Amino acid sequence: MDTTVPLRRRPGVWQRFRRHRVALAGALILLVLTAGAVAAPLLAANDPYKVDISAYRSGPAANHPLGTDSSGRDVFSRMLYAGRVSLSVGLVAVAIYTLIGVILGAFSGFYGGWADAFIMRLADIVLAFPTLILIITIVAVLGPSIYNIMLVIGLLGWPPIARIVRALFLSLREREFVLASRTVGVSNARIIFRHLLPNALAPVIVAATFGMANAILLEAGLSFLGLGVQPPTPSWGNMLKDAQSLTVLESMPWLWIPPGTMIALAVLSINFIGDGLRDALDPRYQG
Amino acid sequence: MGTYLLRRLAISVPVLLGITLAVYVIISLAPGDPVDALVNPEAVAALGADFREQQREALGLNQPIIVRYAIWLREVTHGNLGYSFVDRQPIAAKIGERLPPTLGLMSSALILAIVIAVPLGVLSAIKQYSLIDYSATVLGFAAISVPSFFLSLAGIYVLALKIPILPAAGMVTVGVPWSLSDALWHLALPAIVLGLAEAAPLIRYTRSSMLEVIHQDYVRAARAKGLRETTVIYQHALRNALSPLVTVIALGLPRLFGGAVIVEAVFAWPGIGTLALAAVQGRDYPVIMAINLISAVMILLSNMLADVIYAVVDPRIKYS
Repeated sequence: MDTTVPLRRRPGVWQRFRRHRVALAGALILLVLTAGAVAAPLLAANDPYKVDISAYRSGPAANHPLGTDSSGRDVFSRMLYAGRVSLSVGLVAVAIYTLIGVILGAFSGFYGGWADAFIMRLADIVLAFPTLILIITIVAVLGPSIYNIMLVIGLLGWPPIARIVRALFLSLREREFVLASRTVGVSNARIIFRHLLPNALAPVIVAATFGMANAILLEAGLSFLGLGVQPPTPSWGNMLKDAQSLTVLESMPWLWIPPGTMIALAVLSINFIGDGLRDALDPRYQG
Repeated sequence: MGTYLLRRLAISVPVLLGITLAVYVIISLAPGDPVDALVNPEAVAALGADFREQQREALGLNQPIIVRYAIWLREVTHGNLGYSFVDRQPIAAKIGERLPPTLGLMSSALILAIVIAVPLGVLSAIKQYSLIDYSATVLGFAAISVPSFFLSLAGIYVLALKIPILPAAGMVTVGVPWSLSDALWHLALPAIVLGLAEAAPLIRYTRSSMLEVIHQDYVRAARAKGLRETTVIYQHALRNALSPLVTVIALGLPRLFGGAVIVEAVFAWPGIGTLALAAVQGRDYPVIMAINLISAVMILLSNMLADVIYAVVDPRIKYS
């Protein structure tokens, strides 16, 4: 069947991934977290935004399985809804920078010349700069919001992807199938998108997977500092904000341990998946 | 070597100009009028729009942005980083005060990371696929996956609140004369948290670099001479495996600095990170501008330092 073409081209990717037990465990954890986020309205008995001052910072109980936060909102509900926010910020940010990275890297590697030199110097500069300082500068100007976070992480994350794609294109463009395409009059755009890009996809997928883990960490860090997703919208990072007070930290562990664990689980599982994908997609790599 | 470094320095200048110009333009897009920050707001309100316009003219705000940037640049080269919008203090003095704590935190974390990562990486490589190899890999994954602020909070919860053996925040005990032991006692927890995160990539690089080296001919030759295994590993293999690590550490410095900003926030560490966060919250743009400049300079200088160290530890490297 036509739908199996990508699998047939790289035989055994799934088989190799499946043998990587840690990666499989990672995929399972991520599946559970995603399901929890998607099915949040079904799983959460309480409204994550409902403020109840009478139940302020109360401990875990039957009606609030993980207690309530400083505004009396249900921590368990917020944690599930926060999964939606944190996972989608990671996904959108990485989608933006993968797109930018692939386009710039493909352009750089295919055409070379001064445009290549300029793009690569730009990548060097972005890579050499402490991105967190630049991000908080931009957030200070634009104001913190969930969309600005996606945009800023997305706009600054592209250099590693661009470098990978460029390096692959530099060698791929010299191959005979490119020459063959040219002789029959195939346009550059078609060579880039139909002939070269599919060959460069595997390492991009691996880099984007690790990138998603980093983007989730970055969003969590920024939201924790008050520069990311703003309450009342819950994100795993901003749910830990209250724990900067020592009283909350010491006597209300239900407020900060669950969301912190969720970040660690999500990032760990995505890193494991990335590791498995790297082994599965690139048989030469023996880690 | 000298000419190489001079050339590197020359390349760094346009990079710095590019970064600072970009940040300057971004900051100039910020909403709000600097007049409100610099001039007594009561005077502005009382004297009306004409006065505001007069002040804008006097402060040079009506100049085109490129002229304002050039003026900023001229002042920076004379050591004037401007004045804070919030407390009108010179920024150079503020940075001078905040830089040593951050550098202290970063360097102790880096030393700790190297002390953890190099032995673990070497052990992982010489005992490949053993229990210790797998444990080091898992530890590495955990260290890059647990957010540093969560690890900080957990560290404070356990080691400062439940078993109170370490302080929860700050750099010194307030009201007690400065002593080295007190400073180290405060440094321990933030340095451990930051060091663990930094150790993870170093373990992986040490391991793969070591794996590459121990299959080289000169290692086999050393064994064939009848040298003891520890001599072979630690004197012949390790020295060669470590030189690429210098580059890895240098390339990781921006990440370490980012980590320091978050750890400083949790531990109320009086460094550049907390200064940057306070400046962002107070919309103190001149301070934000200066911190961007200082971080860019620091990273460029440390990359050059890494090149020098690389040439020193590995005589095969020749710059021309």
